[in-house]
Amino acid sequence: MEKFVTHTGSALPLRRSNVDTDQIIPAEYLKRITRHGFEDALFKAWREDPEFVLNKPEYKNATVLVAGPEFGTGSSREHAVWALMDYGFKVVLSSRYADIFRGNSGKAGLLTAEVSQDIIDKIWSLVEKQPNTQITVDLEKKQVTAGDIVAQFQIDDYVRWRLMEGLDDIGLTLRHESKITEFEKSRPSFKPATL
Amino acid sequence: MGKTLAEKVWDAHIVHQASGEPDLLFIDLHLVHEVTSPQAFDGLRAANRKVRRPDLTLLTEDHNVPTQDIDKPIADLVSRAQVDALRNNAKEFGLKIFSLGSIDQGIVHVVGPQLGLTQPGMTVVCGDSHTSTHGAFGALAFGIGTSEVEHVLATQTLPLKPFKTMAITVNGKLPQGSTAKDIILAVIAKISTGGGQGYVLEYRGEAIRALSMEGRMTICNMSIEAGARAGMIAPDETTFEYIKGRPHAPVEKDWDDAISYWKTLKTDDDAKFDAEVIIDASTLTPFVTWGTNPGQGVSIDGVVPDPNSFTNPTEKTAAERALVYMDLKAGTKMRDIKVDTVFLGSCTNGRIEDLRVAAAILKDKKVASSVRMMVVPGSAKVAIQAEHEGLPAIFKAAGADWRSAGCSMCLGMNPDKLKPGERAASTSNRNFEGRQGPGGRTHLVSPLVAAATAITGHLSTPDEIK
Repeated sequence: MEKFVTHTGSALPLRRSNVDTDQIIPAEYLKRITRHGFEDALFKAWREDPEFVLNKPEYKNATVLVAGPEFGTGSSREHAVWALMDYGFKVVLSSRYADIFRGNSGKAGLLTAEVSQDIIDKIWSLVEKQPNTQITVDLEKKQVTAGDIVAQFQIDDYVRWRLMEGLDDIGLTLRHESKITEFEKSRPSFKPATL
Repeated sequence: MGKTLAEKVWDAHIVHQASGEPDLLFIDLHLVHEVTSPQAFDGLRAANRKVRRPDLTLLTEDHNVPTQDIDKPIADLVSRAQVDALRNNAKEFGLKIFSLGSIDQGIVHVVGPQLGLTQPGMTVVCGDSHTSTHGAFGALAFGIGTSEVEHVLATQTLPLKPFKTMAITVNGKLPQGSTAKDIILAVIAKISTGGGQGYVLEYRGEAIRALSMEGRMTICNMSIEAGARAGMIAPDETTFEYIKGRPHAPVEKDWDDAISYWKTLKTDDDAKFDAEVIIDASTLTPFVTWGTNPGQGVSIDGVVPDPNSFTNPTEKTAAERALVYMDLKAGTKMRDIKVDTVFLGSCTNGRIEDLRVAAAILKDKKVASSVRMMVVPGSAKVAIQAEHEGLPAIFKAAGADWRSAGCSMCLGMNPDKLKPGERAASTSNRNFEGRQGPGGRTHLVSPLVAAATAITGHLSTPDEIK
């Protein structure tokens, strides 16, 4: 995984709450067996509306998605994270995330920074007026800066460390392999097996 | 201080614990399906890793598979390629798979319990958010993403931050005509789609104790719709009775040992939950959704709400948007809403008891001429049991379409979809925009309401049927 320390880019204001992962990427596109190439499926249904914010030329190169609360609810599909990243997003800002989506983001390298809805409202207003506003998200300082707006964001400390170091979870876990083996020996015999 | 059920199961699976790190938990059962796994197996191959515990891993084909002509090759070539990938991965990594046509094939969350693989006190994961279903047995069961699928395949563990705990206490007795589905829809409407974020929900109280295992699975299944990764119910005699004699249930001394352990799996009297919600079951009427998230539900005797009635501006905007998408006007009686399609099935309500109650209503009746009804059993075994009881004949005589097992129209990955603008009463779990097909509109309902609605053509309860 690539290290994430700080990112600066323009923002896409998505004034919607409860953006579920079926909206981020519909099930039809989950039939692919690759890990990349999902950018065409991002917000597929909404994109059919020419007025949808993602279709507006002024937000064409946005890399920071600024969304309403309860972002990423529903299905556990990690494809939602991949679609956002394939399209070019590096960061999502929201006041509340669904647990599985947030977990998947941390694993795949998409930063989900949590700020209050009040800050989201201010950033929405700013980037709607000035779409080319550059937003800086500093993971080391846990700080987001957009014009005059400066806010601290919340992120799990362990996830932050992993993102900043670009670490692979499986590699980290395998440091404890002897403990796994030890645990396996202690499992009761009544636990079921599939084979 | 005592422990909650969730804490007991968690603590029994800690492989490694250190300050500032997530706990490393051992996973007792890893269920895998074709959609969220191919990239995980690719990851294993790229890193030259093996599946650590093939004996704790089970693969089944469910999301993509067609529900008719299952003896022929899958017509959709992209779906076929994905199913083939699962079969090839099973072969390469030496894993058990239930393929289309197998007597044990079906929706992953129906298959695990029916084989007796889901047992109290286990940790169960799957690359599917409805893994919460298995919590009905007192297991800690939750959905994971593809990176985590790869992690479990490689290590049989997951690093996790402890959850908070929330008690959902459902007191009293459910009135006639109300079901487990109505309990969970009422819970979600009460705590909202984000209310359970960060929590494991434990359902308790008289109304929960009175439910069958299948009813309990329906409730735990939709925990994720309230934002909770997992929902649990403490095991009791109902649980033990359900498991006993199933193919993977413990036997002889193991059964006795298991029972002694399972009986310890309940929240201690002096344990503390981080939050508690109390619901009176005796007041519950059948619940139906009007909007585009599962929290947007009301009693079937209610009306489509006025967006202006929401004080929270985010909820107001969401309601306005939902009414446009659903093509509904505020104030419309829920019972006046006409549907084109009725879907009976899914990991929420595709089990034998669901089919039985629906068939009892449809017996000697006809599905309205304006409605197509699709009945999709949750597994091949459920289908066989239904055949044994003569249920398909009842559905077919009523004019419903009886299909083979799979996820089907719950998410429309196979050809079973709503057309744009079509409106469904669905026993599934999500009423998201386009969930059942692009432009389709979904009202979540119980199997009883689904069957009655199929007959009248508008959202109905069985007492309307003469």
